[in-house]
Amino acid sequence: MTRYFTKDHEWIAVEGSEATVGITHYAQSQLGDITFVEVPAVDASVAKGDSASVVDSVKAASDVYAPVSGTVTVVNAALEDQPELVNSDAEGEGWLWKMTLSDPSELAGLMDEAAYQTFVAEL
Amino acid sequence: MSDTYDIDQIEDADAEPVGPLALPLDAWHRARGGRMVDFAGYWMPVQFEGIIAEHLWTRSSAGFFDVSHMGQLYVSGEAVEAALEAILPIDLSTLPVGGVRYSLLLNESGGILDDLMVTRWKSGFYLVVNGATKWDDIAHLREFLPDEVTLNHLDDSALFALQGPKAAEALEALVTGDQALSSLSFMRGAAFKLAGIDVWISRSGYTGEDGFEISVPAENAAEIADLICAQSQVKPVGLGARDSLRLEAGLPLYGHDMNADVDPVSAELLFGINKRRRMEGGFPGSEDILPLITNGTATRRVGLLIEGRMAAREGANVLAGETEVGTVTSGGFSPSLERPIAMAFVATAHAAPGTSLFIDVRGRKLAATVAPMPFIPHRYYRKGAA
Repeated sequence: MTRYFTKDHEWIAVEGSEATVGITHYAQSQLGDITFVEVPAVDASVAKGDSASVVDSVKAASDVYAPVSGTVTVVNAALEDQPELVNSDAEGEGWLWKMTLSDPSELAGLMDEAAYQTFVAEL
Repeated sequence: MSDTYDIDQIEDADAEPVGPLALPLDAWHRARGGRMVDFAGYWMPVQFEGIIAEHLWTRSSAGFFDVSHMGQLYVSGEAVEAALEAILPIDLSTLPVGGVRYSLLLNESGGILDDLMVTRWKSGFYLVVNGATKWDDIAHLREFLPDEVTLNHLDDSALFALQGPKAAEALEALVTGDQALSSLSFMRGAAFKLAGIDVWISRSGYTGEDGFEISVPAENAAEIADLICAQSQVKPVGLGARDSLRLEAGLPLYGHDMNADVDPVSAELLFGINKRRRMEGGFPGSEDILPLITNGTATRRVGLLIEGRMAAREGANVLAGETEVGTVTSGGFSPSLERPIAMAFVATAHAAPGTSLFIDVRGRKLAATVAPMPFIPHRYYRKGAA
């Protein structure tokens, strides 16, 4: 499994043509207490850069963009009752949705973990 | 107390500073892990451990807030009382020494330029105005106060708030004065000594809880903040929880729930216009405002309880069925109620408590009900009250 990161602070863990998407630990730390997560609809097709989900914190609502194009297969139902999972384990239990990729070549434009950490350190 | 400005004299004193400035507790906040943001031209802590934890701590114990960005002003001189009554819709004849009263700075057409607290000191009046508007307020006061009246900007004073059900026991252990801290009731203030330093303390605040606002010399700000936060009941709280606390308490925020285009009647702030002034008029905008009391207004500020977990934010449209009837002016998740709440201006026909409305949030229609405010009961300390 390979994990990629976007400049908008999403992560995407890819295995073959399947992937899991969430927001990064850094993103959740910036958003603060998360009170609601609007996940995309199962079977929705999303294009790279589309707003696919919204994460609501006490202070503000933030869009989560699809890191790549594809079709949503599963959403994290646990977030309905426990949106705070995104705070406690953003890059694990706090995942948002799973998807199949329609164009794996889009992954080439994303950062690996080391590049993302460098990117965040410079913010 | 700092420079004394003669009203028409200083040209640059009220020029707006450029870029965020550091307040006296800047290093103190950073050392305690405060996440600093640019607010009203100053670096201010938006949170320490987290907004919800800080919010709930304030409701159950005591939160320490640095609000030194706010403008502290002192107005004095011959005929100062009449001069202030010409500018503010306040009745100073019923305000005793140490008394604190909420008032409104109004423009000539009755729009709200700011809301403020006015305290009678022995020799003049102490005003606390909003940080974001203080430079405009100072300019306005300089323009409309007569030459015999002197305006001091107390910009070498810091301002703290200690709020919550355990604020009194935490602060009582630290102060001495001519009277006991416990003798202060809500909206009363007095001079005290804290660690030997002269401070002004009033029993007031912006959370709906019992609590105090404490004006201290800037040079002693960190020392006093350390002492207060060393009390086991106290934790520092940032601007994020200050906003969610005041929203639950139904207290409007200038620039959001009121502005120069909003009159005090629509904003449900008539208590900021004292009874004698309503009878007599003669304050800025009175000719526009007073008829609204009798005739009503097109819109009203209301509270909204929202179904579900998704919050509605400032700017969201409020609908009755398919018809747009208002706009959200403040909104967010209520940590105490564990649900979203909002303030909105809605058409008066839809402003009665219990009215079912919808809020359009990014194309989703959230069900909402007009609710009386405060959302959380105020717990002010009123002497003689049960």
